[in-house]
Amino acid sequence: MKKELSRRSFLKGGLATVGVLGVSSLPLPATAKGVSGQELATLIDIRKCIGCEACVEACQEVNATKFPEPKKPFPKMYPTNKVKVSDWSDKKDVTDRLTPYNWLFIQESTVNVNGQEETFTIPRRCMHCQNPPCADLCPWGAARKLKNGITQIDPDICLGGSKCKVVCPWHIPQRQTGVGLYLDILPALAGNGVMYKCDRCYNRIEDGKLPACIDVCPENVQKIGPRDEILAEAHAIKDEIHGFIYGEKENGGTNTIYVSPVPFEDLNKGLEKAAGKPGLEKVEDSMAHADNLAKAMIIAPIAGIAAAIGKFYTSSKKLAASKEDEK
Amino acid sequence: MKAEKIMLSPGKMKLKKLYILTLIVLAFTGFGQMPIFKRYYIADIPGLGWSADFYMTHYIHYIGSILFLGLIAYFIVDYFLSERRRFKLSVSSGVRILLLAGIVITGIFRVFKNFPDVVFSPGFTVFIDIAHLGFAMAFLFSALGFLIAGSGWVRKR
Repeated sequence: MKKELSRRSFLKGGLATVGVLGVSSLPLPATAKGVSGQELATLIDIRKCIGCEACVEACQEVNATKFPEPKKPFPKMYPTNKVKVSDWSDKKDVTDRLTPYNWLFIQESTVNVNGQEETFTIPRRCMHCQNPPCADLCPWGAARKLKNGITQIDPDICLGGSKCKVVCPWHIPQRQTGVGLYLDILPALAGNGVMYKCDRCYNRIEDGKLPACIDVCPENVQKIGPRDEILAEAHAIKDEIHGFIYGEKENGGTNTIYVSPVPFEDLNKGLEKAAGKPGLEKVEDSMAHADNLAKAMIIAPIAGIAAAIGKFYTSSKKLAASKEDEK
Repeated sequence: MKAEKIMLSPGKMKLKKLYILTLIVLAFTGFGQMPIFKRYYIADIPGLGWSADFYMTHYIHYIGSILFLGLIAYFIVDYFLSERRRFKLSVSSGVRILLLAGIVITGIFRVFKNFPDVVFSPGFTVFIDIAHLGFAMAFLFSALGFLIAGSGWVRKR
């Protein structure tokens, strides 16, 4: 473990710089270009992560044009005791948590492995769920899932109500006040900015490039590809190291698959959990109950039709019987 | 001009009350899909704390929709099988049917979109979200107008 830590500290400065300088144009693997029509997933092998933050810096660099530029002073929002300003525009340098200006951060977890303390560094960002509650429950369609498995928030439509953050099991999206459509509608009474999170460099993927965090990683911690292939590889690694997988089943399945040599329950216990710092706990499928109810919607009209036909049949029979009696 | 009042059978009266209650539940939980109930103290009203829980309002909206679809199917078939000879649809019912059809169709798409393997284009997703809300608002305002005008769904033939 000591070897790992010293290697980590040595590499943290040097490789991060080399990595960020290298945000370039590495192409997507041929299988990841959506030819298969499958959703793309990423594999994060946390054994390899040295916590150099090259991915964090690259993410900030390539996504800088998407970051909010709020107008100040912010319009007064009512009721004042219920609506809080979320302003990160003066804290753009924060990299130890998720913010509207930092969509990826490195989380540390110290775990006891065979009596020895071992620290793991884990890249954390949006999990890009297969059935994302943020997109399902967004009232405007501002949060949406793309065919290639990316969940993104459209900053031109988002009103910053933060519902996506509330319903996200990891509370990933982060709000910036003073920007977006709400300013043009009723800034005092509705909305509160725009929600921001990792969009897995959808524009780079459209151009056939790798997401920046994958592109620059000096340790090849992450990989992207069709979900089936990524899962097969994750399971192969898991079997080889007798390890553990996170993200395959969580929240009904995500397109971010972590592989670890230690249980995620242990990693979760070792994490600092706070606002903008998600956990690694087991997550049930948030949309499962709704999906079951939706299936019942198919039965409802059939039941209604059957009831009306039943009523017609009964009343017809009664009418026929009464006519019979009259005879 | 008010239409002649039609006396409903006890069974029909119960269904009418259920239909109105379902509409109220759908309207309340539908508006609850927007993050406004916590902001505007609705969730602070004793007994309405659940209205700030987006999953809860979503489930109730779905349950209301199940009931609503069942009722609508019943009313349509019942009208054609049993009531059409005695009653004809009023002009206002034409407006209501159009708006309800809009709500139901956009609602079906909205529910369909929430299944894991269904992905709509971003533009279409926004359209069905806004259209569903638009049809619901138009229906509620028109229903209020028809209530004031005393215009019912059917008239005697």
